[in-house]
Amino acid sequence: MTLPQIEIQLIAALVAITCAIPGVFLVLRKMSLISDAISHSILLGIVLGFFITQDLSSPLLIAMAAIAGVITVILVEAIQNTKLVKEDTAIGLVFPAMFSIGIILISQNANDVHLDVDAVLLGELAFAPFNRWYIGDMDMGPKALWVVGSILVVLVTLLILFFKELKISTFDPGLSAALGISPILMHYGLMTVSSVTIVGAFDAVGAILVVALMIVPAAGAYLLTTNLKKMLLLAIFFGLFSAISGYWAANLLNASISGSMATVLGIVFLLIYLFAPSKGLIANVYRDKRQKNEVMLLTFLLHLHQHSDKEERSVQHLNYHFSWSQKQAKKILKLAVDNGLIYVENPYVNLTEKGEKFNVEAINYILSNQTEKVERMKQDFLLFRG
Amino acid sequence: MAETKYAIRVHDLTVAYDYKPVLWDVHLEVPEGVLMAIVGPNGAGKSTLIKAMLGIKKSIAGTVEIFGQPYKKMRKEVAYVPQKGTVDWDFPTTVIDVVLMGTYGNLGWIKRPGKNERKAALEALEKVGMLPFKNRQISQLSGGQQQRVFLARALVQDASIYIMDEPFQGVDATTEVAIINILKELRKQNKTVVVVHHDLQTVPEYFDWVTFLNVKKIDTGPVKEAFNDENLAKTYGINYKVTVNQ
Amino acid sequence: MSILEYFDLVISDYTLRTITFGTAALGAICGMLGSFAVLRKQSLLGDAISHAALPGIAIAFLITQTKDNNMLLFGALISGVIATYWIRGIVTRTHLKTDAALGIILSVFFGFGMLLLTYIQKQPNANQAGLDKYLFGQAATLVTKDVKMLLYVLGISLFILLLFWKELKVMLFDAEYTQTLGFNVKFLDLLITFCIVLAIVLGLQTVGVVLMSAMLLAPAAAARQWTDKLWVMLFLAAIFGIVAGVFGTAISATGDNLSTGPVIVLLAVGIVIFSFVFSPTRGLLMRHFRFKKNKKSFQQTKILLDLYRKNKSEEGEGIPLQVSNFPVRTMKELQDKGLVHIEDNAWQLTTDGITQAKNINL
Repeated sequence: MTLPQIEIQLIAALVAITCAIPGVFLVLRKMSLISDAISHSILLGIVLGFFITQDLSSPLLIAMAAIAGVITVILVEAIQNTKLVKEDTAIGLVFPAMFSIGIILISQNANDVHLDVDAVLLGELAFAPFNRWYIGDMDMGPKALWVVGSILVVLVTLLILFFKELKISTFDPGLSAALGISPILMHYGLMTVSSVTIVGAFDAVGAILVVALMIVPAAGAYLLTTNLKKMLLLAIFFGLFSAISGYWAANLLNASISGSMATVLGIVFLLIYLFAPSKGLIANVYRDKRQKNEVMLLTFLLHLHQHSDKEERSVQHLNYHFSWSQKQAKKILKLAVDNGLIYVENPYVNLTEKGEKFNVEAINYILSNQTEKVERMKQDFLLFRG
Repeated sequence: MAETKYAIRVHDLTVAYDYKPVLWDVHLEVPEGVLMAIVGPNGAGKSTLIKAMLGIKKSIAGTVEIFGQPYKKMRKEVAYVPQKGTVDWDFPTTVIDVVLMGTYGNLGWIKRPGKNERKAALEALEKVGMLPFKNRQISQLSGGQQQRVFLARALVQDASIYIMDEPFQGVDATTEVAIINILKELRKQNKTVVVVHHDLQTVPEYFDWVTFLNVKKIDTGPVKEAFNDENLAKTYGINYKVTVNQ
Repeated sequence: MSILEYFDLVISDYTLRTITFGTAALGAICGMLGSFAVLRKQSLLGDAISHAALPGIAIAFLITQTKDNNMLLFGALISGVIATYWIRGIVTRTHLKTDAALGIILSVFFGFGMLLLTYIQKQPNANQAGLDKYLFGQAATLVTKDVKMLLYVLGISLFILLLFWKELKVMLFDAEYTQTLGFNVKFLDLLITFCIVLAIVLGLQTVGVVLMSAMLLAPAAAARQWTDKLWVMLFLAAIFGIVAGVFGTAISATGDNLSTGPVIVLLAVGIVIFSFVFSPTRGLLMRHFRFKKNKKSFQQTKILLDLYRKNKSEEGEGIPLQVSNFPVRTMKELQDKGLVHIEDNAWQLTTDGITQAKNINL
């Protein structure tokens, strides 16, 4: 590995970690799309900042961009408060307008502003190592490393200091207000922090991929755990993983690094979405199916229990009553026989002793609204489940 | 002995969300021409029961028959009044337009409402006392007025069975009286009305039939017989009593 | 070239005429279908779908190696539909909410698309020039074939809207109720979703991936302020869409180095702001005046009542009636109306004033 390669990976990793932390709170507060809005709007702040300073690396640019981010949030909320349009329409109006002004300003002053459209959307991670910081003659390394690094240090400090407050105001705004933690203060604090983070990451990965780095790791982590600390650590891990493997994939394909990072994140999310142990798609479909079968089985047994007369228990009547498909009916019947809950005397179906006992307990629990106990019962009674 | 004609027969109906059964083996017969209240505590499955009757919620087992036929065949005989909180009242449409929606079912696909439908809609608005508001934008209505518009929309369907989800919730006194008058008129026409109802005090005054529901059906029958302390206790818990001024 | 010269040229110049027709058709489509998106509270779905179309375009190019616009848009349509259903899958099958689902899909698909685009650009001999136009849109690249396509789709969506007008209307308002009327809500939903995805995909060439969603919702959001009727809203939204499209294209064509997308979007947002402020029924200006008027008439009423009570009985004894104790402006207004006059250095009601105060008392 060459030095620039190491530096690029280091910057990518720091950007990914920095984005993942506020991202977790945005996802939990159901405000993911605010990151999309901010990341577009800050372009206007950067361009205006440039007109003032004529220097693309001036710290004023970061300040202007962060202000543009906060203004976006304020504008969106102001429009929402007029009640003239629905909530998400407000977001969808504000950021395209600000972004458009930014793009037009850039293209009108193309000779002065060394920002091109690709850089706005994709960032310039590959060039980051060439933009270095010198103190006197001493080479301090890439500027981006310092910028993102300091944002990260501030972020982690704030996170540690206000962890409890963030947690309470995110999960229970009412309680948080009662405890004297102003939810509004926390809200705008988070918005400011997010804006600054996005500004720092913008240079490296561009407007749209910032959204990927903020939202996707957090969303993936949320499918694996509901513990806030674990969620933060997992999100950071996914971010890191995407930064490093994304870099090497881009190297291989000779393509955009940030695009590659987003793609890796997409793959990671897809895998989690499909295979997450209890909240993934497959687990979900499997559980749904099993639960449906189990409820069908319960219904079936209950019907037998309640109707002792033979006619009600004939296969023909049962078919009419349940109007299940042949396949389903066979499956439920087999399940009941396998578990020793019924026996079949053609054409009648009878409950076994175990079946009767199961019924009595189940009805008891269902009617006293203790459905969770039925779950436990299923483990006691059923050898084969749906 | 002549057999009673049942408007709705619910036969051993079970509906579940995830693993939790919300309606369990409900067996219910609603005779034609009654004004029936469905009462029960929160989470008793009242809304689920009527949604299952209307085919909006799928059941795991059991059948629903409307006048002895499956619901799909008899859909036109059933009119539904949803809870008014379920729609966006800022939708760009007028009172008369909403009421006209009630005629869409009988029109079927593609055909547009014409003169007859308009006339029916205006009559329905007259009945609920909303005729002067016919061109009003729906966001400018009070809660009670919104409820009456929903009621008019159902009336215009000219069905035999009316199923209503908490029509009395959050309405003013005028609206409550208007709704009651319409319910009584419907009964005169031998229509069947099923209402999910919250206010136990008014059950004996407004209805002649009652169903107690709490996941399972507790009891059903004429208000005079079934609306008693025993059923109330079974439905709402041991110590539940209401003073029934009959 | 000024805008006026441009429109002179539109009449004589074939290319410009083509472009103008194209953007007008696009504006109409976006306005109409955008209204549905806005009313279904799916404003930002458009944002996700348009970003998600990018990898479709790139893959279609990689497979066919042509820049045939319809092929590329077909690719965009497919990835747009996949994205739509994945978003639904995330929302219904996990505990992630719509906002997260949209954010994930839009950023990941876009990132993947950019990966592919940069990969294509670095290929030797790749005839890739022109794929960039899908980012911010270049109306100037519209050719007769594209415009025909836009007109076809405009025709088809108009046909669908007219045919299923009442079904779509009732479904937008109350989907569960629509089901009880016997209409197939799933079919209607599929129909309208497909139309919206199609509109977005067609707009990519003109407005671009990044700003397409604004083109979809801005005309609709503006139109909503002027009417309380659905069909008027759709009609107005189509008009606003056409205005933004045609003038945006004109400005961008006459300007130097201007992508069409941002210009069109700014025009559309300008229409929205104008509508927010000046709408006669919902507008902020009207609301302000109404508030002021209410406040004024409330103050006048209150003073009339105070004076009347003092006149009528002794209970108002404590209220000081010196001229200086009353707000000058309001009293002047009342005096102009002939309801009050000054007597013994104190305000008194005139006969008219007493009559009016009595009416208030009722």
